[in-house]
Amino acid sequence: MADGTWRPYRVLLGSRLRSQTTYRRSFAMDLLGSLSVGALEFGEIYVIFTNVDVLGELDFAAAALLFALATICFSLADMVVGHADRLPTYLRQGTLDAFLLRPLPVLAQLITSDLSLRRLGRTAAGVAVLGVTLPHTGITWSVTTVVLLVLTIVAGTAIFAALFVCAAAIQFWLVEGAEFANAFTYGGSYAAQYPASIFALPVRVLFTFVVPAAFIAYLPTLALLDLPGPPGLPSWLGWCSPVMAVVMWAVALTGWRAGLRHYTGAGS
Amino acid sequence: MTDPIIDVRELHRRFTVRSPRGRFRRTRTVVEAVDGLTFQLPEGSALGYIGANGAGKSTTIKMITGILVPSSGTVRTCGLHPIRQRKQLARQIGVVFGQRTQLWWDLPLRESYRTLAAIHRLPQSVWTARRDELVDRLDLASFIDIPVRQLSLGQRIRGEIAAALLHSPPLLILDEPTIGLDVLSKERLRVFLTEQRAHHGTSLLLTTHDMDDVQRLTERIIVVDHGRMAYDGDLAGLVRRVGAERVLSLDLTTPAPPLAGIPGTDLVSVEADGLRQRLAFGDDTTATAVLEAIGRHVEVRDLTIEEPDIEEVVRRLYLSATGTGTGTGTGTGSE
Repeated sequence: MADGTWRPYRVLLGSRLRSQTTYRRSFAMDLLGSLSVGALEFGEIYVIFTNVDVLGELDFAAAALLFALATICFSLADMVVGHADRLPTYLRQGTLDAFLLRPLPVLAQLITSDLSLRRLGRTAAGVAVLGVTLPHTGITWSVTTVVLLVLTIVAGTAIFAALFVCAAAIQFWLVEGAEFANAFTYGGSYAAQYPASIFALPVRVLFTFVVPAAFIAYLPTLALLDLPGPPGLPSWLGWCSPVMAVVMWAVALTGWRAGLRHYTGAGS
Repeated sequence: MTDPIIDVRELHRRFTVRSPRGRFRRTRTVVEAVDGLTFQLPEGSALGYIGANGAGKSTTIKMITGILVPSSGTVRTCGLHPIRQRKQLARQIGVVFGQRTQLWWDLPLRESYRTLAAIHRLPQSVWTARRDELVDRLDLASFIDIPVRQLSLGQRIRGEIAAALLHSPPLLILDEPTIGLDVLSKERLRVFLTEQRAHHGTSLLLTTHDMDDVQRLTERIIVVDHGRMAYDGDLAGLVRRVGAERVLSLDLTTPAPPLAGIPGTDLVSVEADGLRQRLAFGDDTTATAVLEAIGRHVEVRDLTIEEPDIEEVVRRLYLSATGTGTGTGTGTGSE
C-alpha cells in the first residue's frame, strides 16, 4: 500500500537523478561550485571574527555552529524544493499545464520535478564546519542536546522548504517576481547564518516572525549551548522551530492553493 | 443511451486584459474568449474544432481538461467536473498540445513512458503491452532510446501521442497535432489515429488548421469565432454553406489559351504563358468531369487539387454569418 502511494514519486525522482549523472563532468563542476559557495560564506564569518571576539554575544565556535546549522538546513531544502523558483519558466513553457493533466497533486509534481544533488556540495561545507566546530563549543552532550540538534536540522530544513513554496506561490501573481521572492528565501538563508541579535529591531522582527530565520538556527543554537541570549528571551524558544515549521507549511500550502486557483482562473 | 463524453453548456470565459496607457494609468478591458458555447460530444465520436487564431479554441480545451475554470456555464468531461475531479479526469483523457511538450526533454521516450506509467499507476503487464503496441503502430522503435530534445518534430509528436495514449484513455484531445509536420508524417499520424479509433473506440477532439485533418479524422465540425459557435455540422455542409471551392491546378504539356468556359468551373489564374492554369470548382461538379472536359482541349502533364484553406472557409463563414457579404472582416483575432 505504502509502496503504491509513493511509487510515482520514486520513479519521477529516479529519472531526475539519472539525467543529472548523465553529464558527469558538468555535475562535478556544479558540486564543486556549490561547495565553494558554502566555503566562501564561512570565510565571511571567519573574517569577521579576526576583527571581533564576540558577535551578537556568540563567540567564534558558537557562531560557526550557527552557520553550520543554517547552511545544512538551507542546502537540504534547496536541494529538495529549491527548483520551485523555476515556476515562472514552467508557466511560460506550459509545464504547469502538463502537471495539471496528470493524476498527481501539482505541488508534489513541482517538488519532484528535480532533485539538485549538486547542492549537496554546500551541505558538505556545512557538515564539515559542524564536525570541526562541535568539540570547541563546549556543548554538554546529553540525550536532550542530541534530540535538539536533530530536531533543529529537520525543522530548519522544513522551514526553508516552506519558504521556497511560499516564494513559488507568490510568482503566480508576479510573473517575473523571482527576484522579489528570492529576497525572502536567500535573504532568509543569509539572516539565518548570523545571530539575530546583531540586526536592527525591524530587521529582527522581519526575520523572526515574517521569515522565521531566527528559529532555524539562532534560537536552537542558544538552547544547545545553554546561552542566555538577549535579555528577556525565554530559553524554551529554542525548542519551537518544529512549531514554526508547521505554521510555515500551513501558510505555504494555503498560499500555494490560492496561487494555483489564481492560475486556473478561479480566483480572479 | 450513454452520457456524452464532453458536455459543454453555456460556457463563458472572460479575461481581463490590462494595457498601459500613459505613464501610470492602465486600462482594463474584458475580453470574452469563450462566449456562450454549448455542445455535446457523444462517446466514440470525433469532432474537429476549428477557428482562427484567438477564436477561443485553446481556452475551450483548457476548460474541458481542467486547466482553466469557466467564468460561467458548466463543463462535464467523461462525466466528471474537470477542476474538482481533476485527478480522476486525468486518468480518463489524453491530451497533446502540438507546440508544447509534455515529455521530459532530457529523457528518452522509453524512460518517459516508464515514468508516465508509474504516474498513472498502471500495472506492469498492462502498460508494457500497450507501449509495445504504440511503439509498433507509431513506428517509434528506431528512436525510443534517444533523448526527446534530439528528436525531430515529427518524431516528437508521435512520441507525445503515444504518451497521451499510454493509459488507454477513452477521450483523446489533440491541439494542433499536425502543425509543422511534413506530408508523410501527417499521413502516418492520420492512419494511426483512424486505426486507434477503430480498435479502441477512442473519442477524439481535434483542433487544427489543416482541412485534410478534419476531412480524414472527424465526422463533425464546430467552427468558433470570437468565442461563439459559428457552425456545427459536417464538412460537406460547411463547404456548401460557405460555397468554398476546391482549386484544380494543371500543368500542361504545351502553352494553351486560357481554359475559360469549362462547365462548373471558374478560371482562377493563368501562369507561364498558359502552361499552368488554375480552375476553381464547387460541389455541383466532380474533378473527373472537369478533367474530362479539359482533356478535350489540352494535354495535362500533371495536376494537383488544392483543398479550401481552413482560414478561408472560416473567414467566409464569418462574413456570411454577419451578413456583410464582402469586405475585409473585422479582424478575427491575432495574426
